[in-house]
Amino acid sequence: MDKRMTTADVVGALRDGMTIGFGGWGPRRKPMAIVREILRSPVKDLTVVAYGGPEVGMLCAAGKVRKLVFGFATLDAIPLEPYYRKAREAGELTELMELDEGMFQWGLRAAGMRLPFLPTRCGLATDVVKLNPELRTIRSPYDDGEVLIAMPALKLDVALLHVNVADRLGNTLVTGPDPYFDHLFARAADQCYVSAERVEERLQLDAASARSNTFERYLVTGVVEAPFGAHPTSCPSDYGWDMSHFKRYAASAGEEGGWQAYVDEFVTPGEAAYQERNGGAARLGTLPLPVF
Amino acid sequence: MTEKTDFTLAELMIVAASEAWRGDGEVLASGLGVIPRLGASLAKLTHSEGLLMTDSEAFLVEEPIPLGPRGDYQPRYSGWMPFERVFECVWGGRRHAMIGPTQIDRWGQTNLSCVGEYAKPKSAMLGVRGLPGNSINHINSFFVPNHGRRVFVEGEVDMVSGVGFKPERWNDGERSDLMQIRIVVTDLCVMDYDGPARAARVRSLHPGVSFAEVQEKTGFPLIAAAELRETPHPTADQLALIRRLDPHDLRATAIKGNPPGIRPAV
Repeated sequence: MDKRMTTADVVGALRDGMTIGFGGWGPRRKPMAIVREILRSPVKDLTVVAYGGPEVGMLCAAGKVRKLVFGFATLDAIPLEPYYRKAREAGELTELMELDEGMFQWGLRAAGMRLPFLPTRCGLATDVVKLNPELRTIRSPYDDGEVLIAMPALKLDVALLHVNVADRLGNTLVTGPDPYFDHLFARAADQCYVSAERVEERLQLDAASARSNTFERYLVTGVVEAPFGAHPTSCPSDYGWDMSHFKRYAASAGEEGGWQAYVDEFVTPGEAAYQERNGGAARLGTLPLPVF
Repeated sequence: MTEKTDFTLAELMIVAASEAWRGDGEVLASGLGVIPRLGASLAKLTHSEGLLMTDSEAFLVEEPIPLGPRGDYQPRYSGWMPFERVFECVWGGRRHAMIGPTQIDRWGQTNLSCVGEYAKPKSAMLGVRGLPGNSINHINSFFVPNHGRRVFVEGEVDMVSGVGFKPERWNDGERSDLMQIRIVVTDLCVMDYDGPARAARVRSLHPGVSFAEVQEKTGFPLIAAAELRETPHPTADQLALIRRLDPHDLRATAIKGNPPGIRPAV
């Protein structure tokens, strides 16, 4: 069994109109090497499901987003994701499902458990219910009779994740302090592709390290070795996010032809050129972890 | 304490913010942003040691972590609290968060999503984030660094992201009894929603600020608390703790112009 493949193989498996979930959280551990490969491809009309970071902004800027399912889009240190903001303010994102972060998690969880929905209070009495008329409520069948939102399963065609370590069988390790919700994305998806800083032949771990494995390999369709594949987002414990790159990216959103210039400089030339233009492995490997 | 102490408005607000958590016992205190975080840290170090706090990433700490670059400071962890566990905490109700919404209305409803029409907003903000779930499940307080009618809007907030006390927003069978708004700390005053029928009420005015000015800068009618007083000044001990918690003086950038705590007479 060998699940190794390239980012081109992953994007080759994508189809127009697919619902794609992106792991990570805001500017943290996003599968950016795969995102850049999507940007180089003709794939379009995507339903993007994410705790949004720069992947949301970039896919919006490239006109690949038909629908966005999200709770936020942010670069943290730059609070407002520049291209998400631009797309929203231009009225370009016409299909939106804006959800509470917890509802979002519930939707992924329901999908992973093959349930049609999970009940929650989150979202009641807010515009989340008003703006998403597809959300239904359900009354508790027990004596309390409480009315709750029936958060529908967020079923994904594909989940795209980035982790620290993988092996050719599809075993994965997240060595940073927070696994986020990657495991739920993996469970919610028909196919799950994972890029990793390092892909080993076979993980052989001690008990403590094995706890960094957050989902089972049977969920993993393919693994891609992509060193610095989360850049410009962070990949703790390997490297932090790249503030100077984020600033350059954010500034481009305010410039005439800024997105095209960004694509020409950082996307079109490919991953090797991308790393070179960001200072090469010597710099990328030493980007400091953010201090909160 | 009668000695004269110099302090900034930010420091006055940190002390006011810390009061939000008084008496909460063992709950997760989440102060988002410089002043709320320093307020939560000060609360834990002074009157509310039972509070739980994190390193603002994924670990629990019993000693609040100073803001900014840490130098030789090594955090000591008492537990693990990744996002998934924070959600569990939210749903169980054992949390009191203080955040800075973009808009707040007379019903205590808050907006973090967008300003203007939803389909094509004048300003797209963060998104609702965890506000719908936080607001309905646990105690919340708010922080407003620029008290004005853009924040405290006349009608409803443009996109209701956090629940409030507007009866029309609640349908039969929905539980509105788990939510709680504690206080709103602004650069002018401390408010709550404990007036008649949950009306917004001014509890204390910062030094040199009048009720009339606060009302003028608020888009909806306010009530003055019967015991309306001046917001307490920070003590020397509190100021020393604040300096220790914020060694790089990030609080100096939290309020525009970093004004003094006692407004100079004009």
